[in-house]
Amino acid sequence: MALSVLKPGLATTVQDTGRPGYYNVGIPPSGSLDQYSSLAANLLVGNAEDAAVLECTYMGPELRFDRPATVAVTGADLPPRLGGEPRPVWESFAVEMGDVLSFDFLRSGARAYIAVSGGFDVPVMLGSRSTYALGALGGVGGRALAAGDELPIGDADGAAPGRSVPAALRSTHPKHREIRVMMGLYDHRLTDGGRRAFLDAEWRLTTLADRTGFRYRGAALEFRERVAPFGAGSDPSNIVDAPYPIGSIQIPGGVEPIVLHRDAVSGGGYVMVGTVISADMDDVGQSAPNITTRFVEVDLDGALRARRERADRLEALREAVR
Amino acid sequence: MSGPGRPARRSFGGDDHIFVEFDEEMNLPANFRVMAVTATLAERRIDGVIDICPANVSYQVRFDPDRVAPRDLVAELEATEATVGDGTDFDLRTTILELPILYGDPWTRETGERFRSHRQDPDATDLEYAARVNGFDSVAGFVAAHSNSPWFASMVGFVAGLPFLFQMVPRERQLEVPKYLSPRTDTPKLTIGHGGCFGSIYSVRGAGGYQMLGITPAPIYDPTQTHPDFADSLVFFEPGFIVKYEPIDRETYDELTAQVEARRYRIRQAPVEFSLGRFLADPDGYNRGLTEVLRGS
Repeated sequence: MALSVLKPGLATTVQDTGRPGYYNVGIPPSGSLDQYSSLAANLLVGNAEDAAVLECTYMGPELRFDRPATVAVTGADLPPRLGGEPRPVWESFAVEMGDVLSFDFLRSGARAYIAVSGGFDVPVMLGSRSTYALGALGGVGGRALAAGDELPIGDADGAAPGRSVPAALRSTHPKHREIRVMMGLYDHRLTDGGRRAFLDAEWRLTTLADRTGFRYRGAALEFRERVAPFGAGSDPSNIVDAPYPIGSIQIPGGVEPIVLHRDAVSGGGYVMVGTVISADMDDVGQSAPNITTRFVEVDLDGALRARRERADRLEALREAVR
Repeated sequence: MSGPGRPARRSFGGDDHIFVEFDEEMNLPANFRVMAVTATLAERRIDGVIDICPANVSYQVRFDPDRVAPRDLVAELEATEATVGDGTDFDLRTTILELPILYGDPWTRETGERFRSHRQDPDATDLEYAARVNGFDSVAGFVAAHSNSPWFASMVGFVAGLPFLFQMVPRERQLEVPKYLSPRTDTPKLTIGHGGCFGSIYSVRGAGGYQMLGITPAPIYDPTQTHPDFADSLVFFEPGFIVKYEPIDRETYDELTAQVEARRYRIRQAPVEFSLGRFLADPDGYNRGLTEVLRGS
C-alpha cells in the first residue's frame, strides 16, 4: 500500500488544494504553488480534485512503487522515466509493482507535480494533507521528503492510463513573464518615480525563491520622506506590523521585492506595494531563478476578468480529461 | 494620540483580500478597534470569507470572489465597523496567562554570539543592550520593567502561533529596542524577543530580527498536539490574550522543562474580560486587578 522514496529530490513535498481558515494564527494556506498543474495531474489519474500530490522543485525524486498504479506528471517540464524508459508528461501511464520512477533534468518551469491513482494518503491536519514545513505541519512528518520515507497511497477507483491533456491546455514556461498585479496596500509610501520604476523595471528572479516567497532583483525604489510612526521602525520601508495578503509584494529597504506565495509569513513590518492577482499565482510558482518578470498593473475588474478566464480554463481542462 | 474614530484606510490586496488600516502608529485603542471589528465580523459568518486576520492597527479579510463580490464585502466591512464604533464600549472576553521566563539564558546568548556582526553592540548581550538603550543601570531594572506589567497579544502570526505583544503601560514607559541590524537566520524556539515597541515569543525555531531577552519553557505551538494545553488547538495564542511574565531561575527552568517533557506542564491561565475604557482610565490599577485573577487560578 506504499511507495518508497529512494532519493528525495531537492525539495519534494506533499501538497493539495491547501489549508484555508488558519491564516489568522499564522498558519498559511499552503497547497500546490501551481494549482492548475496539480489539478491536471489528479484528473489524469482519476483522483478527486483535492487529492494530495507530490510537488517537486527543480529536481525530481526517485520512487519505487510497491503496488501497481496509474501515474501522471505535470507542471514544470521534468521528463519522467520508468525503469529507465522515457515516459510522457501531461499524460497518465501505468506502473507495476517494483517499478522505479526517476526523472531527467528540468527543462523549463520550476515545479513538477506527480499524482498517483488513490492519492498520497498522509494524515489530514487542519483539513489538509499539505506540508507546511515552517510549522512542521502536514505531509510526511511536517517536512520535505527524505530518503527512506514510505508514502501511503489511498484506494484508487482505477483510472485507466493513457489519459492526456491536449496541447493547448498544457502550461508553458517562458523565460520572460508578465505577472499582473493590483497596486495598493502601502504603495502611497513610494514616490511617483518609485512607483513607475516598480512597473517599468525588468525584474530577475533570484535564487531566494521558495514556497514562502520569491525575491526579485532589478531596480532600487524610492520611498517618500516621513516621520516614522510609533512602533514602525526607522527605515522608510518599515510599517507597524500588518497582515500580508497571499501574493503581496513587499520591498524591504526599497530593493529586491518579494512576492509571498502559499507558505507566506502571515504578517510583518515591511511595506507592501501591491498584490499579484489570483489568476497569476500559478505562473509565479512556475518561475525559476534567472527568469525575467515585468509586473503589469490591472484594476479590480481586470483581475476579476482574469480570474474568470482562469476558471474557464480549469473547466476546459476538466472537460478534456474526463 | 490619533486613535479611535480615525477614518479607516482600505485597499484590495489582489482580487481576494481586503486590507483595512485604522492607524499608522501603534496604539492600544486602534488595536482594540481591530479586535472588536474582527470578532464581530467572525460572528456574522459572511459567505465566501475564508480568513479574518486581525493585526496591530490593521486587519485583512481573505475571501473567495466567486462567492462574495469584492465590493459587496467592502460594504459589509464598513457596516460592521460602523456598528462597532471606536471599540471603547466593547468588552473583550479573553484569557490572561502567566509565562515563566529565564532572562539572559545560555541558548539565546550563544545564538547572539553566532550573529555578532548583525548586532548593534556585539560585546554586550541583547539583554544588556536592551537595558542600556532604555536607560536602565542594570539588567535587573530592565527585567523588572519588562515583567511587572502585562502585555496584550495585539496580533498572532508571522509564523504559526507567534504572538506580537504590546506592553500595557503608557507610551512613555514602553520599552523600545532597535531590531537587529540584519536578521538572524536562527532563533531558538520559545525565545522571548523584543523589536521596536513589540515583544514576541518565537513559536518555532527560525529566522528573526528581534533582540533576544530570554526563553520560556512553556510550549506555545504544538503540531503534535501531545501537550495537555493543546488538545483543542495546535496554537496556544489568540489575538487579545494577555500575558504576564514571571522571571524564573535556571533551576526552576529545568524543573518546568522536565514537566513539559513529561507532558504534564500546563500554562497558568484564567478567563478574563478586558475593557479598554477602564484600562485607559487607570492602567496600573486596572492591570493589578487583571493579574489578581491569576492568583486565584
